[in-house]
Amino acid sequence: MSYIGNILGGIKTLLTGMKVTGGYFFPSIIGRKYIITRQYPDEPAIVMDRFKGEVVMWHNDNNEHRCTGCQACEIACPNGTIEIIWDRVLNEETGKKVKQIDKHIYHLGMCTMCNLCIQACPTNAIMWSTNFHNSTYDRSKLTKVLNRPGSKLMAGVEE
Amino acid sequence: MEQVTLNTADLKSQEYFLNMGPQHPATHGVLRLILTMDGEVVKNIEPDLGYIHRSIEKQCEYEGYKQIIHLTDRMDYLSAHINNEAVALAIEQALEIEVPERVKYIRTIMGELTRIASHLLWWGVMGMDVGALTTFMYAFRDREMINDIMEETCGARLTMSYSTPGGVMFDLHPNFHKRVKEFIPHLRSVIPKYHELLSGNVIFQKRMKGVGKLSYEDAISHGTSGPVARGSGVHSDRRIIQPYSALDKADFKEIIYNEGDNLARYMVRMDEMLESLNIIEQLIDNIPDDGIQAKTKALIKLPKGEFLQRVETARGDLGVYIVSDGKKNPYRVKFRSPGFSNLNALIQIGKNHLIADVVAIMSTLDFVVPDIDR
Amino acid sequence: MSTMILTQTNYFADLIHYLSDGLGWGFGGQILGYIIIALIYMTFFAVAGLLLVYLERRVAGFFQLRLGPNRVGPWGLLQTIADALKLLTKELTGTERKENLLYHTAYFIVIIASLLALSAIPFSGGIVAFDINIGVFFISAISSVGVLSILFGGWGSNNKYSLLGGMRSGLQMISYELSSGLAILTIILMAGTLSMTGIVEQQRDMIFLLKGHIPALIAFVIFVIAGTAESNRTPFDLPEGEAELGAGYHSEYSGMGFAWFFLAEFINMFIISAVAVTLFFGGWLAPFGITDGLGAQWAWGLLWFFIKVFLMIFLFMWFRWTFPRLRIDQLLTLEWKYLLPIGLLNIVLMAILVYFKLVF
Repeated sequence: MSYIGNILGGIKTLLTGMKVTGGYFFPSIIGRKYIITRQYPDEPAIVMDRFKGEVVMWHNDNNEHRCTGCQACEIACPNGTIEIIWDRVLNEETGKKVKQIDKHIYHLGMCTMCNLCIQACPTNAIMWSTNFHNSTYDRSKLTKVLNRPGSKLMAGVEE
Repeated sequence: MEQVTLNTADLKSQEYFLNMGPQHPATHGVLRLILTMDGEVVKNIEPDLGYIHRSIEKQCEYEGYKQIIHLTDRMDYLSAHINNEAVALAIEQALEIEVPERVKYIRTIMGELTRIASHLLWWGVMGMDVGALTTFMYAFRDREMINDIMEETCGARLTMSYSTPGGVMFDLHPNFHKRVKEFIPHLRSVIPKYHELLSGNVIFQKRMKGVGKLSYEDAISHGTSGPVARGSGVHSDRRIIQPYSALDKADFKEIIYNEGDNLARYMVRMDEMLESLNIIEQLIDNIPDDGIQAKTKALIKLPKGEFLQRVETARGDLGVYIVSDGKKNPYRVKFRSPGFSNLNALIQIGKNHLIADVVAIMSTLDFVVPDIDR
Repeated sequence: MSTMILTQTNYFADLIHYLSDGLGWGFGGQILGYIIIALIYMTFFAVAGLLLVYLERRVAGFFQLRLGPNRVGPWGLLQTIADALKLLTKELTGTERKENLLYHTAYFIVIIASLLALSAIPFSGGIVAFDINIGVFFISAISSVGVLSILFGGWGSNNKYSLLGGMRSGLQMISYELSSGLAILTIILMAGTLSMTGIVEQQRDMIFLLKGHIPALIAFVIFVIAGTAESNRTPFDLPEGEAELGAGYHSEYSGMGFAWFFLAEFINMFIISAVAVTLFFGGWLAPFGITDGLGAQWAWGLLWFFIKVFLMIFLFMWFRWTFPRLRIDQLLTLEWKYLLPIGLLNIVLMAILVYFKLVF
């Protein structure tokens, strides 16, 4: 008799399993109750504020930034994603030669989003942006220059 | 089931090689298995590793101590946070600094959330491997909730790089408490349904019960750890033997099943999810408020010596062993990966089973190949 | 076209009669009539295949908490046409040393078997293409021919995975033919005739599932299990178990060859559902005779038939997305140790009940 008991017990567990999936199917058909799809291009993607999309440099309305060219981010970066091109210029007021940033090169293709450069920056010059639409067909577009052309250091930022 | 043996004295059959190649839907990553088969019965398994070796340990010798954290994310990416925590704990142990209590609580809660996420993904893929294709979607729906929690606080969903030597990178988001408190009852209500859908199913029970037996002595001699060992009766939970971070402040029990077959390992992981929920529930309301980073120098140099830290990831026992000679780069970093020893057990327990059983056994061993190959 | 049991008109026979005698075209008219009927069935085959594939994907989506395809065309209805166009333009690969004859005839055989079986199913009052008086037996025999195509595909692909899949599938289909045959036989005992239209006519007062109470219910359960095994669907889809073998016996086919196997699997499912509906649920008859007095009975018959078949197909899809897969030795154990003895006892039970007139 355990033969019949096995069969009936087996069929009962099968029907219980069908009840679970059926419990998700029928409300979904009628009122779209359990559907979790977001149809992406029509509905916007939900991105949180702190999402690490890519590194950008902060600029204010007069096209000024806060990067002094101190190379702290370049030293902190584990794999050489950041390259700073700098030169020494003569500061008119104090008469001393100081570092000035020429280009802040950021290889988006190599960045692992580890946050060490932003932590190391003494003047909060670079920060995260939530932009993740970064795929391109052309690899040279993944090498970005973070300071915009024609921008200069904001007055009063010193280290 | 009784093991299938062929009486090869009567039959003239020829053994042949079947290659479950690097690209296969069932091996969890790029793993090549060379199976020697006789009909449908597997006689010998030979894994061929190295398809995803990225020399992480060698790379660690060229980077400073703060910078090796982001590499450990990518080893066992399903328990990324616990890997980060392991390296951070090793460095703090060497420098002998005391982290704030808040950091310990945050690290433990994030670690347990990561463990639940890893076990959910394991359950989804396990269903898919034995043929029930809806379990994948259900597991990922729950995993999305954990991913959202991680994204809000750490900024990334999978490879978080959240722990640093001395603390954590960001403070908790204000929504963290609310989201975790919403997640706990949801998962508690959904796991019984998952048991009804998959575990109780007669077809599933017949495929899992009695298949792939790993005895107590073999589990110890192969060096298995984690749910694989606990399914065979070995007491090997690193969180109980050497508690780290805030684990000694929470009260939880170790899950042990004694049979050692597929079903035992499966049930160990399902029950571990509920235990992790208990830990989170006990810790979430009492997070103290004393800073998120201890004072360390900008450039960390460890004293000369060798330092070992062992933690319990979702796969098993991860060991971080740092050899330092006083400079700013480590001399050698060795990661003892749990998947490597667990894969060894496959070679023994896979013999004399059918191919379908080998796939099911690999699922319950739950290894992630980047963890094995590093 | 052949001796009919009923006095109902058969529309296809009328067409042939009109073309040959009405228009006076004689034998040429008959041939033209046959060609037209064949074209109608092939169109139905294509449209039904397309709709079933779309339905499967949509239903799968709702089971898995997501929407199915809903972009191509209104509600995604043109999705399968897009898939078919893609498959038409794919390169026909194959392995290097495949057996050309076996490899290329495999997908033709499965199409021919499906079309032949489709021709004997009564869709509505007079719409049967091949109304012979051994209808059920014919369909069962043709399904066995479909096994050949799987074995050809598995062997001819020169690939160990395909061979494993093909051998498993051949074994499975031959075993489950027995069980489905026994379940059909149980109903035939009650009906007394093998003709499909005859079986449907006898269910005008009550469907066979209720008439035969216990043995008919057991026969239905056995037929459903054997039917899912016949069409290689989960929980019996070990031959194409994706997690183990890639795609089993049709892994080396691409483009149109794969499309034929794929379509044939869905049409097989349709045929099995149609046979189940005809034998157990009354075919194209309206439940409780609701629409019997209205005109255009052929249209009402079609409607009821397709509703019932759709519900059966939904049941098969429900099985597919819920249950895990059986291993090959468990599959064979189920057949030879459980289904076959129960099927045989069921026949004896039904014979006793019919003899003592205990059925309704």
